[in-house]
Amino acid sequence: MSLINYSSREINCKIVYYGPGLCGKTTNIQYVYNKVDPSTKGKLITLATEMDRTLFFDFLPLELGTVKGFKTRFHLYTVPGQVYYDASRKLILRGVDGIVFVADSQSARYDANIESLYNLHENLEEYKLNLQDVPFVVQYNKRDMEDVIALEELEQELNPEKFPSFPAVAVRGDGVFDTLKCVAKGVLKKLSQH
Amino acid sequence: MVRADWTIYEEDYWAINSVLKELIDNSNSTSVLLIDKTGQLIASVGMEPEFDLMSFASLCAADFEANAQLATLIGERDFSTLYHQGVDESMYLSRVAQHIILVVLFNKRTTLGLVRLRVKKAVDSLDTVLNRLFNKLEYENEDLKQFDSTFADELNKEIDSLFKD
Repeated sequence: MSLINYSSREINCKIVYYGPGLCGKTTNIQYVYNKVDPSTKGKLITLATEMDRTLFFDFLPLELGTVKGFKTRFHLYTVPGQVYYDASRKLILRGVDGIVFVADSQSARYDANIESLYNLHENLEEYKLNLQDVPFVVQYNKRDMEDVIALEELEQELNPEKFPSFPAVAVRGDGVFDTLKCVAKGVLKKLSQH
Repeated sequence: MVRADWTIYEEDYWAINSVLKELIDNSNSTSVLLIDKTGQLIASVGMEPEFDLMSFASLCAADFEANAQLATLIGERDFSTLYHQGVDESMYLSRVAQHIILVVLFNKRTTLGLVRLRVKKAVDSLDTVLNRLFNKLEYENEDLKQFDSTFADELNKEIDSLFKD
């Protein structure tokens, strides 16, 4: 839910990284955190278990420069991917302005991707939203692994509506910024269109 | 034209601020923050905290929401207030106008009883201000000319320069 504050002259937008467990959502955010100019980023918050699995969410605020007197800030969130943290996922989607679905390209995770995408649809429905309402980008992560599914096949199953999509190897940073740029621009486009 | 899910205008901001200032004075607390349920910071008065306010706001919203879910599980509609007690610093959170959370940070200079009492009054005042704002947003057609396509173009350039390997 974008928030425009005329007094502090700020615009805040929320982008959520969604996807199955261990698909690389946190890795995406960590890469962004390590690469962006320190003056533009806030503290990276990670609520994780001892095993480094996301328990509630990761959070990273990023600040763009001031344009026309307004400071624009993106709040990046990840959701916990594991199936049983559904209540947490639902909470984090509240007020979302843009969504990145991080799919795991490995064939062993094929079903997990489908299940997570289905779960995203279900949870958006609770907020009376669907993927047409919110800028949506798909990232096919872990392209460097053995036994990955062909991109065409993944597109067919996970992205039949042909939303923008990017192959990625998030641990190396490949595709991370392309994905983020695409969703961020989608959010701003939507904001200026209405 | 832009349609944000919600917008705070200058006059509403100052109305909110004056309620928060009164609360901080009357309750002897250190800082008071207003946060929306999605974790966005709306206003903050009092001593500037040393921690990252954006992160704090997002965690407060998560805290409040997680507790609301716990409330549902035990058969309550929600918990309208939360209290976190520390050795030196404590926090008191209260729901305002359905979607907003008031957070009060206080120390031993005051007591929970006084904070609770003053928050109750502040919540009533904020309810009025915020509901007036929400009504205005519902009926006013926002015509915000500065957010045109050149605004988006300039921000796109910012995105390109910030998000690069």
